Amino acid sequence: MEENIKKDNIRKEENIVYKKTKLMTDKVLSYCPGCGHGTIHRIIMEVVDEMGIQSETLGIAPVGCAVLAYEFMDIDMQEAAHGRAPAMATAMKRLMPEKYVFSYQGDGDLAAIGTAETIHACNRGENITMIFVNNGIYGMTGGQMAPTTLPGMKSSTSPYGRDIVTMGNPLKITELIAQLPGTYFVTRQAVHTPANVRKTKKAIRKAFENQKLKKGLSFVEVVSNCNSGWKMAPVQSNEWMVENMFPFYPLGDIKIEGELVK
Amino acid sequence: MAKVIGEIVVDIERCKGCEVCIAACPVNAIGMSNEVNSKGYHYMQAINDKCTGCTNCAIVCPDGVITVYRVKI
Repeated sequence: MEENIKKDNIRKEENIVYKKTKLMTDKVLSYCPGCGHGTIHRIIMEVVDEMGIQSETLGIAPVGCAVLAYEFMDIDMQEAAHGRAPAMATAMKRLMPEKYVFSYQGDGDLAAIGTAETIHACNRGENITMIFVNNGIYGMTGGQMAPTTLPGMKSSTSPYGRDIVTMGNPLKITELIAQLPGTYFVTRQAVHTPANVRKTKKAIRKAFENQKLKKGLSFVEVVSNCNSGWKMAPVQSNEWMVENMFPFYPLGDIKIEGELVK
Repeated sequence: MAKVIGEIVVDIERCKGCEVCIAACPVNAIGMSNEVNSKGYHYMQAINDKCTGCTNCAIVCPDGVITVYRVKI
């Protein structure tokens, strides 16, 4: 009984140290259990909440697993055609330069069908923020091989592992666009541990604040898991990601304030 | 030394039982329930009084189901 009273005393409004931000709607996320998309959605909304720019933020939802992102984020959002989010973000930012515009894309969207839009938006140096979720696979359509699939990695269209002789090399799009003069801030992060989530949040905050400077495009890649596509349990897929994805996609800042750092 | 007591409240119906929070907890204060929610997922819950309110579980939770409370006594 005493224990219960104590618990009731703790569960008070003034004792809350962490609560899901109000900018995430109450709809149940459509993602698989353990998917990094939910965490990334939440930290973007926390950044928007902390900066107090809910009414000034425009988001662009991709085609892919996050196609329903506008259902979960309580801000103004627009759905783009497959891969065309950077082109739409360009238009939105040019028409409404005072707004904060961000695009949210997966690897099939940004690095495959939308490569042209991505590279040209980065090269033009539009003052937008691009969030790129890289899980090395086409998750939504059933785990097909993506441009970012690792060599030897199994997917439903490369059942014996990706053979680089016949299927080509994985595309490191983040390193590629870091070479372009239009990008101002390019980083690669992950969301599998609390420390990485905090770092990613910091990077996303910086990417949003950079829009005020009008110096160029901010690009945040988040290496995430796809436990359904990789056919693993969520925690196991995070471990697999640390062992296999990070050596090929090393975490850290690639370009800060327009200068390449690695 | 001031002692800190943490407490978590879980939105059971939204929890998908991915267990990412359990791997993130530094004091092993959370575990999976034997019961399931209406979608058939085993949901996470506090299993002892060791919680310090560090918010690690809530920060990594993909579905944002955890609310963390903390008091100093």
